[in-house]
Amino acid sequence: MINWLKYKRIYFVVSGTLAVLSIFALVVWGLKPGIDFTGGTLVEVDSKEAIAVFEENNINIQAVQETGERVLIKTDFIDQEQAQLVRSQIASVAATIERFETVGPTLGKELLNKTLTAAIIAVLGILLYIAWAFKNLRYGLAAVVALLHDTLILAGIFAVLGKYMAVEVDALFVTALLTTMSFSVHDTVVVFNRIRENKEDQRSMDVTDIANNALTETMVRSINNSLTIMFMLLAMILLGGETIRWFMVALLAGTILGTYSSPFMAVPVLIQLLKRKQA
Amino acid sequence: MQRRSFSIWLIFIITLLSLAIALPDRYNLKFSRWGLDIDQVIGSPEININLGKVSIHKDFRTSLGLDLAGGSHLVFEAALDEIDAKDRERALEGARNIIERRVNYFGISEAQVQTSKSQDSSRIIVELPGVEDVDNAVALIGKTAQLKFREAPEGTPEAEATLPASLYGPYTIDSGISGINLDRAEVQFDQQSGEPVVGITFDEEGADLFAKATKRNINRQLAIFLDDQIVSAPVVNEAIAGGKAQISGGFSVDAAKQLTTQLNAGALPVGIKLIQQRNIGPTLGQVAIDRSILAGAVGLLMVAFFMIGFYGQMGMIAVVALVIYGLISFAVFKAIPVTLTLSGIAGFMLSIGMAVDANILIFERMREEMRSGLPWQQAMEVGFGRAWDSIRDANVATLLTTFVLFNPLDWQFLPRFGLIRGFALTLAIGVIIGLFTGVFVTRSLMRAFYRSKK
Repeated sequence: MINWLKYKRIYFVVSGTLAVLSIFALVVWGLKPGIDFTGGTLVEVDSKEAIAVFEENNINIQAVQETGERVLIKTDFIDQEQAQLVRSQIASVAATIERFETVGPTLGKELLNKTLTAAIIAVLGILLYIAWAFKNLRYGLAAVVALLHDTLILAGIFAVLGKYMAVEVDALFVTALLTTMSFSVHDTVVVFNRIRENKEDQRSMDVTDIANNALTETMVRSINNSLTIMFMLLAMILLGGETIRWFMVALLAGTILGTYSSPFMAVPVLIQLLKRKQA
Repeated sequence: MQRRSFSIWLIFIITLLSLAIALPDRYNLKFSRWGLDIDQVIGSPEININLGKVSIHKDFRTSLGLDLAGGSHLVFEAALDEIDAKDRERALEGARNIIERRVNYFGISEAQVQTSKSQDSSRIIVELPGVEDVDNAVALIGKTAQLKFREAPEGTPEAEATLPASLYGPYTIDSGISGINLDRAEVQFDQQSGEPVVGITFDEEGADLFAKATKRNINRQLAIFLDDQIVSAPVVNEAIAGGKAQISGGFSVDAAKQLTTQLNAGALPVGIKLIQQRNIGPTLGQVAIDRSILAGAVGLLMVAFFMIGFYGQMGMIAVVALVIYGLISFAVFKAIPVTLTLSGIAGFMLSIGMAVDANILIFERMREEMRSGLPWQQAMEVGFGRAWDSIRDANVATLLTTFVLFNPLDWQFLPRFGLIRGFALTLAIGVIIGLFTGVFVTRSLMRAFYRSKK
């Protein structure tokens, strides 16, 4: 048995620092919303000449990004008449349009609101399910603390990426965020199950020792499981398409966070909660 | 013992079935070796069953989303506030049906037209896989196509058939004939000028109204309006019975075809406006598919190496279970069918990771029980039993999240975003199949084939 919980202060300091930095990044820089949220137009073409077309039509270009042979142009929202005009003009400068998306501004706001609702419902559902499965609200609370910790830091990472690498968050990022939540819980549940099982087997033992045992027993599984997921995600990041690269990065960061938070966040919190009950 | 060999057979049959369904849609198998010449197209089977009156037809095709196959995703907003509250539901549904009829003009088999409601707006979502001429599609779908015949009061001087100053200009009288009275429209060519025109045939009531209107207006103009824009205002020479008329407005052949389609499909009961479009070119999608397949293969190989390296013989069995898992999942995707999108593929990849997790949990548990002195047969059974609790709870938590993301009950306060839905659906299917292969398949295979040296 390794005395994992002896260092719980260190875990709390590490997590606390990361959380504070994330809040700082989110408040100061914020996330860089993509057209899914703000509304706008996104065009992917194979020639830079297309940029001039937008300039000639007095369409405000927000960003231009070059990816190999292609150019990604992001502008304000344009209506169908303008879109039609722009498309025919781009075609006349012999550029192939690979992608052309416009999102109306109201649609973006709606997505944001609904996503938040979805996230809150998912968190509540998870809290209730775990509280019910373990017949103890404390398990649910500890799992949700770890989950919020992961989500917060993941958002913080993307605030930093947005600031320094102009990475935008889109609907896929939201998916990654929600997946991180469910993965985080997935991982936490396994450790919690072990704690519960050990508690039943060794009633006389101190909770901290029980938790230390459970952590030792599940650590290999936890790391191995994360490794297999990380293999898949790394392959997708390195070999998969441009479009989903940042989505995969978000999932990878989420996986690492979820793996870290189960033993080093959820369990220490749970033990604190369980001890308070005893005192 | 008999039950065990039964499980193996069951797994074998399921795997074979899945393999048959998961085969590429059409694949030309062609090689010459060992003196054999093989040239045959293999593909997933089609089911054609005829039992008296009941006939079942099912073919299994991979259905790819717009981001992979290329195509257009269009979202229109319906201006329902122009309509009485009680008629809104019907107007929206009517508009959807008419748009569907118009879309059929493109001859796309997998085009989809759906309505979607959100707090204060109603939308019609049109998915057109493979369509490249978006502008044409938007023009065809988005026009209301309200046809009207209007008359000018007696004594009005003949006017040019251009846009009138006020809405209907001199044509202040509604003749009572509209698109509703249409039986059908078709593209014709004017016999004198040879230019394309739209020939229309009225239904009985329309023919009657038209005969009366032409009789009233001999030597005067009868103006044809489309969506309150004048198309033409021909002078009536004589009363026309028989219910046939011609709309000529300097159309190109394409424009005439488009108008014909719109008139045949009927006018939209409500105006619609395009608020979102996503158009993906076909090459971009192909690149994405190729890359995802490559990435998936490399990722799977890494997982396989890792599992075999870490768990040896047990790992081998897990990899076999994983292959079976992949086959069943893909077969299910084709059978439902699930439209595969990039985010859907991502969901599937993640579910692979979770499927492997079930095996890792079980193997770790087994090793533990063996360390505590149990012989491997017992350790195996105990390991499966004890790991099950964790596997179940963890997977239920994941399924809970996918449920919220997929929003199967169409709750308005939750997102119904295709991208997110695709992800949630494949992840959920993957998790469920992963439970089956990770626990049942692995256990049966272990019982049948695993022999520990210890």
